[in-house]
Amino acid sequence: MGDPEMTLACLPIGHRAQVVKVGAEGLTRNRLLDLGLVPSTVVEAVRKSPAGDPVAYKIRGAIIALRSEESRLVTVRPLA
Amino acid sequence: MKGLAVDARGVFAKLNPAHSDGVIALAGNPNTGKSTVFNGLTGLNQHTGNWPGKTVVLAKGNYRYKSKLITLVDLPGTYSLLANSADEQVARDFICFGKPDATVVVVDATCLERNLNLALQVMEMTPKVILCVNLIDEAKRKKIEIDCPKLAELLGVPVVPTAAREKVGLDKLKEAIHQMVFAHQQTRPRPVRYNQEIEAAVAKIQPELEPYLRGKIDARWVALRLLDGDTTIITEIKKYLRVENVEKAPREQGELKVVKCYK
Repeated sequence: MGDPEMTLACLPIGHRAQVVKVGAEGLTRNRLLDLGLVPSTVVEAVRKSPAGDPVAYKIRGAIIALRSEESRLVTVRPLA
Repeated sequence: MKGLAVDARGVFAKLNPAHSDGVIALAGNPNTGKSTVFNGLTGLNQHTGNWPGKTVVLAKGNYRYKSKLITLVDLPGTYSLLANSADEQVARDFICFGKPDATVVVVDATCLERNLNLALQVMEMTPKVILCVNLIDEAKRKKIEIDCPKLAELLGVPVVPTAAREKVGLDKLKEAIHQMVFAHQQTRPRPVRYNQEIEAAVAKIQPELEPYLRGKIDARWVALRLLDGDTTIITEIKKYLRVENVEKAPREQGELKVVKCYK
């Protein structure tokens, strides 16, 4: 409820959040939507690559790696 | 994105040899067991080839069922057919311009939700779709039960459950393909309806496209792609169908900013 919205890129590993908005445009937007990141989808940050980017997320039953340039375009609301 | 370097109609001719009785495209998300279905149907009668001008590998194979020789084309595994990548464009162009006699969409029974996006996209392009719900054994282990008759009713296309690794359901899949290609079984894919703004724009563009496309490609689908701002489709239509001036038809393009609606 009172949880502030943040970008998916800021979601700590092991935490879950619900997608509020996909802010990207054009092809990137299509791509993120096709991967299942539509509003209300629950996403979990699973692990970081050694360099810290990309990060693997669990999205609708599949593990998908996103770079921060993509994940910061997605607005999420963290879940407890 | 660059178009194909070689006239792909030659490629399609090679993919569809004259002695074959039918050509079936196999589409699906990555990791759905699509290649296991492909191997299960074709056995060793297959070879792979590069799509000219692209580093996308296409596998082609044959099998015989009820004395008909069927050619199966294994498309790259993709989440979408909106031509965001070379893989997606090859898959889209084959379904669109290769005119397969049917397209089998392989989906993962353990996460159906994620996979149906692609199935719906294919159903927007062609009504000749069979849904192959694979990994049904794994789903059962995860206590997931798929009501295939209900799914078939909701989608309006045949649905066949398979566990390709265990060779379960492959005969039923061959029979479903046979029915669609040789018994001309009709499907009624339920079209995705978008919001009013998009439907109003489609209603304007679609009739203007129809004289150019002459039923060769689904005009509603092309109209939706133009609203997406996808210009690759125009290039491909001109190349494959030798249609001139198709870009002059849709005057709405660019005037409307359409936000894709999945609801």
